[in-house]
This record gives sequence, structure tokens and C-alpha cells, in this order.
Amino acid sequence: MNTLVYIDHFKGEALQASWEAVGVGKTLGKVTGLVFGSGLENLIKNAFEFGVDEILSADDTGLADYRAELYASTLKAAFFEHRGDLLLFPTTSRGRELAAMAAIDLDSGPLVDAIALEANGDSLIVTRPIYGGKILAKATCSLRPLIVTLRGRVFPKPAPEPGKTGPVTKIAAATGALTTVEGYSTNEGGVSLTDANVIVSGGRGVSENPALQPPAGMDAKQAEAWRAGQGFAMLKELADVLGGAVSASRAAVDAGYVPYAMQVGQTGKLVAPNIYFACGISGAIQHQAGMRSSKLIVAINKDPEAPIFKLARYGVVGDLFQIVPALTAAFKKRLAK
Amino acid sequence: MKLVACVKTTPDTTAAVKVEDGKPTWGDAPLVINPWDEYAVEAALQQKETHGGTVTAISVGGEEARIALKHALAMGADDAILISDPALGKADPQAIARILAAAIQKLGGVDLAFFGRQAIDDDSGTSAAQAARLLGWAALTLASVIKVENGSVRVERAIEEGRQAVSAKLPAVISLVKDIGEPRYPSFMGIRRASKVEIPTWSLAQLGVAAPAPVVEYLSLMDAPVREVVCELIKAASPQETADQLVDKIVGEKLL
Repeated sequence: MNTLVYIDHFKGEALQASWEAVGVGKTLGKVTGLVFGSGLENLIKNAFEFGVDEILSADDTGLADYRAELYASTLKAAFFEHRGDLLLFPTTSRGRELAAMAAIDLDSGPLVDAIALEANGDSLIVTRPIYGGKILAKATCSLRPLIVTLRGRVFPKPAPEPGKTGPVTKIAAATGALTTVEGYSTNEGGVSLTDANVIVSGGRGVSENPALQPPAGMDAKQAEAWRAGQGFAMLKELADVLGGAVSASRAAVDAGYVPYAMQVGQTGKLVAPNIYFACGISGAIQHQAGMRSSKLIVAINKDPEAPIFKLARYGVVGDLFQIVPALTAAFKKRLAK
Repeated sequence: MKLVACVKTTPDTTAAVKVEDGKPTWGDAPLVINPWDEYAVEAALQQKETHGGTVTAISVGGEEARIALKHALAMGADDAILISDPALGKADPQAIARILAAAIQKLGGVDLAFFGRQAIDDDSGTSAAQAARLLGWAALTLASVIKVENGSVRVERAIEEGRQAVSAKLPAVISLVKDIGEPRYPSFMGIRRASKVEIPTWSLAQLGVAAPAPVVEYLSLMDAPVREVVCELIKAASPQETADQLVDKIVGEKLL
């Protein structure tokens, strides 16, 4: 199968799920990487090292910012010129959108967010979670090209081969923009939740440390926010020691403790880290939908009946305000060795 | 402004969805407006409050689709349209996107069409992008802030790396994330009004389109495998000892 893989990136930095998609493409045959943007030399170099056989590159200042309509039109023209049996995208914000548009442009259909693929001759059966992961569906599409997006952190990331290169073909950048990009406010320094190996997640109870005394002069609401800030700072210390990220349950987000971008769950982010620490999170079914694919789940909760203990490999029934700092200290000691 | 909110009826997020006879079932769990679509309605109502105009809720489906439409009306939408046709029995998200695009076209003069980021049943999250592509409008997906001014709309999109500020001339398609603000509860008056409003039904013939063929074929459904895990509870004399033991176990998993 000839596979075209859309290499999703931000300012030339690929999202890890792009390389996972390259790895999947390699198991099916030849892989052509699609790289769109401006100043792509480094991205192209990385793409070859992660296994791409050849590259179609639209390197143009007009594509410096991701704009759906321009990227989709560039992809459409590239496809009609170079063809392929399968278009693979990582299930990222951009990948999902481009796959959706490509399905319209190329008269096919998108198989979104696959967690498994079975190739059978020139057909492909994907497994995709539906109903927030409560059900797994096997689905296929008889139209061509096949268009599939792959969920991140499910498929293995190929080991890079330093120095490997290959042919680069320039393709034209589409014009006809409908949008203007005015700027970005990027996440500050933290590890992105979707890429994180370790996530420390907090629930509403993170604001309820009885040992803390808010500064004088705060009203009840300010005091609660202050307590929540202290609680999430405590989680961040543990995350920092492990090179991880901090997330939250819906209850903590709805209470205004942390921004929505940190919410894990059916109406938040879907994460699949190697280790997920659920701190003061009961584990409602909606929360599980966002984190149940984590490799190892560790639960810390004062309620021994909390559903999270049914998902967790290790659990501590106890006070997270004592356990979490102790864990941070113990990891610090261990990892220093 | 002429505003449209596209909505769908889904089982509630707390529903225990299971496969029975090859089909998804959810017992007696209630059907509700897709939670993401409440944000679409909320965003449309916010724009109406700022700029005036009307909000029309549209849904494609059978009788169950009225649940989402009634909710949108109760929240404050001015009117609702149900697109229903026996030929739509097998419609998949891409077919629905085609129908919605045709309906938006037929309404005429629409400035902004709002979508939730995804439906919590099929989880495709492709409708807004596809409708925009079909209409030839700008797709402003995953919007967290919206500002309309002088015939243009500016949104902040929630992307992996943070936020991207994008503007486009009207008309445009917008999909929403939760940052737009908590959807308002239907008021008592709103609920009363919604129960009385006659919701017109459009057939595909009235819409002037043929039933789009489904593009995705579902071969089988299965319950997600239960996580086969027995939780080992760590309990020692002090938090420090508990933490030490837990760290031993975690390090032993070789996942760090």
C-alpha cells in the first residue's frame, strides 16, 4: 500500500503522533511524507530519520501558519498529482480537520481516531472507540483513497535512524485563503498533556487541605481559589520531578481552579500517559473516558469506595496532602540515584 | 445576524452504553442534547445578545432529534428545524454534514453556523470542518472566544500548543470548546415556550438533495474490554513509608 502521511507540526516541531503515523505507514509499505509550512528543512530531516521514504514539501511563506482551507487545498492538489492508496493523519486538532476536509475533497470518507488497523489486501479495517470509549467499533470504507486518523500514543513511535535522507519533491502551495492568523498565545513551558509520559491529575478535593491557613483578609471564594492554587502547585511539584504534566477533573475545572485546557475526560482531553496519578479524583465514568488508556493508573483517594480504584493498579486510601509531597520526596531521592 | 446552531440528540454522558444484538444500548438512561452542542447554542445566543438577529437550531434525525431542538429552544433559540427522512436511516457523520450544509444554504443569508466540537456518540468531530468545506466558508474550529465586528469574526482556537487567533469574513462555520462559557440553563418560560413551538420538518425532497450515501461502514461493535486490573492497596505506618513502597512498585513497572 502506498501511504501518504500528513506530518503535523507546530512551527516546524512535529507532534509525536506524526511519527507514530509514519511507523504505521511503514508496516504497510512505502511512506510519502506530506510537509506543509514555511522553513521546513529541520522537519524534513526529522521525517526521513523517523522512516519516511520520500517527501512532498510545500514550503511557502503563505503556509507559515496552519490554515485549514489552504492546507486542505494544498493536500488535495498534491494527492491528485502523486496519488496514493491511503492517507494517514495523526488525530490532532489539525489532523482531524484536514482528514475531514480531504474526505470531502477526494470523495472518500474519514475513519477517525483509529486505535488499531488490520490491512487485508487493499482494504483496511480500523478499530475506533465510540461513545467516549465505552464501545469499540470495527469500521471500514470502500472508497479510495482510504483516509484514516490515528490516535496518539497508541501506536509505537519508530526509532530514528540518524543521517537517513531521501528525495524531496516540491509541491505548490494553494492560495485562496479565507482566514487570517493574527497570532498565538502558547502554553507556557509545560509538557503538553497529549504528549506527556506522566500526568498528575487533581480533583476538586485538591483545594481542601485542612492544614493550610489562607492569608488574612480573603473572603471565602478567594480563600478557596488560594487553596486550590496551593493544591495544584503541590501536584505540579510531583509532575516536575517526573518530567510530567498536570491535569484536572471536570469538577476542578468547573470550580474554576484550573483552565479548561487542563480538563481530562469525555468533554475534555483524551490522554494516554505511561503513568496517570489520580489525586482526589473519584473516577466518574466521564473522567474514565479521558484517561482509561493510560498504561499505569495510580489512585490516591480518601474514599476506599471510589470507582477509580477499579481502574488503578496501585492505590493509596489516604490523605493526598500527606501522600503527594511524600511521593515527590521519595521520587526525588530515587531518581537522584 | 442570522445565526444557526447545529445540534444532535445523544445518550447522557453518564449512560452505561453497551452493545446488545450488535447495537449500542443505554438502558433507560436519558437522551439529551449532545453536551458539546449546548456550547454551540450558547455561543449563538451570546452573539444574538450582542448583535441582534435570530438563532435557528437545526437537527438531522428521527423523532429523538426533537429532544436537542427543544433544549435549544428552551435555552432561547428563536426557532428550530428538524430534517427527517426515512432515506436518512443509515446516515453517517459525513452524510449529516452534507445535509446540514444544504440546510444552511437553503435557509439563506446565514452569517454564522455553530457546531459543538464533536458528538459524544460517534465521536467523529468532523462535521463543522466538512460543512465549512462544502459551503466554501471559513472553518473556525475549536473556538474558545468569539468576537464579531464589521462583517468579520475573530476567534481564539484551542490547539495543542495553546491558542491561535484567527479571523475571517462572514459567513463562517464555528465549532466550540467549553471555554466559551457555561451554557445557560433553560428558563421556566423557555421550557414552556419550547413545549408549544411547532417544529417544522423538512424532508430531503424539500431540501432538494438526495440522501448522501454513507461512507463509513461499521462491521461490528463490541464493549470496550474491561481493564483487567486488581488494585494493590499500599498501606504502611507513615505517609513516607507508604510513598517509598509505592515508588518501589512504580519504578518496578519500568514505565518512567
